[in-house]
Amino acid sequence: MGMTFAEKILAKYGGEKKVVPGQILTIKPDHLLMHDNTAPIISKIQPELKEYGIFSRTLPVIVLDHVIPASAEKNALQHKQIREFVKKYRIKHFFDVGYGVCHQIILEKGLALPGTVVLGSDSHTCSYGAIGAFSSGIDRTEAAALLLTGETWLKVPQSIKITLKGQLQRMVTAKDVILSIIGDVSASGADYCSVEFHENRNQFSVEERFTIANMGVEMGAKNAVFPVDDVTIKYLKSIGISKSKYTSINPDNNATYDRELTYNLTRIGPVIAVPHSVDKVKPIKEVEGIEIQQCLLGTCTNGRLSDFQIAAKILKGKTVHPNVRLLILPASRRIYLDALKEGFIKTFMEAGGTILPPGCGPCLGAHQGVLAPGERCLSTSNRNFKGRMGCNEAEIYLASPATVAISAIHGRITDPRKEVRK
Amino acid sequence: MKVWKYGDNINTDMLFPGKYTYTCSTAEEIKPHLLEDLDPLFAQNVKEGDLIFAGRNFGCGSSREQPVLGIKAVGIAAVVAESFARIFYRSSINQGLLLIECPEAVKAYKKGDSVRFDVERGAMIIGSNTYSFPKLPKEILAIRDSNGLLSYTRKKLARKKKQ
Repeated sequence: MGMTFAEKILAKYGGEKKVVPGQILTIKPDHLLMHDNTAPIISKIQPELKEYGIFSRTLPVIVLDHVIPASAEKNALQHKQIREFVKKYRIKHFFDVGYGVCHQIILEKGLALPGTVVLGSDSHTCSYGAIGAFSSGIDRTEAAALLLTGETWLKVPQSIKITLKGQLQRMVTAKDVILSIIGDVSASGADYCSVEFHENRNQFSVEERFTIANMGVEMGAKNAVFPVDDVTIKYLKSIGISKSKYTSINPDNNATYDRELTYNLTRIGPVIAVPHSVDKVKPIKEVEGIEIQQCLLGTCTNGRLSDFQIAAKILKGKTVHPNVRLLILPASRRIYLDALKEGFIKTFMEAGGTILPPGCGPCLGAHQGVLAPGERCLSTSNRNFKGRMGCNEAEIYLASPATVAISAIHGRITDPRKEVRK
Repeated sequence: MKVWKYGDNINTDMLFPGKYTYTCSTAEEIKPHLLEDLDPLFAQNVKEGDLIFAGRNFGCGSSREQPVLGIKAVGIAAVVAESFARIFYRSSINQGLLLIECPEAVKAYKKGDSVRFDVERGAMIIGSNTYSFPKLPKEILAIRDSNGLLSYTRKKLARKKKQ
């Protein structure tokens, strides 16, 4: 009997020939991701750091992205402590304020590769399944222990196979696909499971696969993965990583799955996740016309060049509705530069948008676009929990970049397919 | 002993708002904001030995560990839920907070019922009925029994140094 992706990669890292779901293995990940939370992580283990040092200076990847530039003295001090730690332990992979969101940096810098294991003290660490890595979120304490020992336990998950059929229609995006899936399976539907995407996946670029894998955790998944194919290989080549630099691990054809689901992409239309749960997903016609005061275009979910391209196409020569603040949040400096080159940033600014520094921005509610009571935000980010953007009496609706762009013009939730008909 | 009862998909933003994530890390900083956007009465009235009962997917969302640290610090004896989100589940093991996954007990519980549990036997006793829950694997019990991952790691490092 064959093995799923998760079984195969965890067997390899656990030093076993064959594993079964439920089995517990000791794993040494290739990288450990930390961000602004590095400061509280290292503060837990000061005496141990002094006595034993860190396991490896190449294991951690530290990216300052959550509250950047520092919004208060306390954040500034934490950033300073992190820089001192990086210097003292000669941490190899450090990205200071302005590089971008940690998950995007891991992808762009080739720090997650096909067939590798990355753990990170951030729930959206599951994103790197986009290029065939096994990646999953852990808490701060576990990150602290990993810094010291380089190893942790992982339970072999059960796997869910999602087969994609048909082709997406115009103005329907990867975001609509993953929101539709989460709406169907629910926020707990993939709890503890590994989710694999099969068949008609070559219509999705690595950027779009990233959007889908990123939101795996919103249905409870441990990891979400697109098996490696020509699209993956081509993308990696474009960032200077040749095939000889990695060993892909793909699931066996005769693997056993806990559940199998099939989606006909042709039938998926634009959808919206309504407050306050990511699995409250509705077809756009049911929420069309709802007034919005803020639009967020970007984040680690949808802040890449192809997201900006579709939004710029819609916003070109138009003006954002006077009641709406349109915030643009590139996922990285690289993307920001590319978007400048392509003229997308100019389009957004001429339309009345505000460009935020590459990072997490208002997504976690700490700064840069906090909402007021009674306000509604239409966002391309990944969570619409109550209070998420800093105010528990505000509402967040999640949608694709196309839906956010067209809605910003109208000041109301609007179907992006209307743009096509014009 | 009071049972604080909540529904499905209680996420980490409800348990501890994201806006405080990078300014509050210690138990004393966390406690006043615990469950702030879910149940403002919780932080004011919770007592040592109380229990939390919840539906499916408790602790979903962010990897922030303040909810676990805070729930442990205020003295919640156990969180009993129909199911838990995985990062929260791991985090609780890492902090030595007792989680009991027992959907039958959650569904059976009515306000006023007496509640007892026996971790060794894997039994939840609601009124006069007993519901069983699975025991943790030995690798994980080793972490919980060391009072969390950090002290487990300290012991491991000390052992390695001796060798």
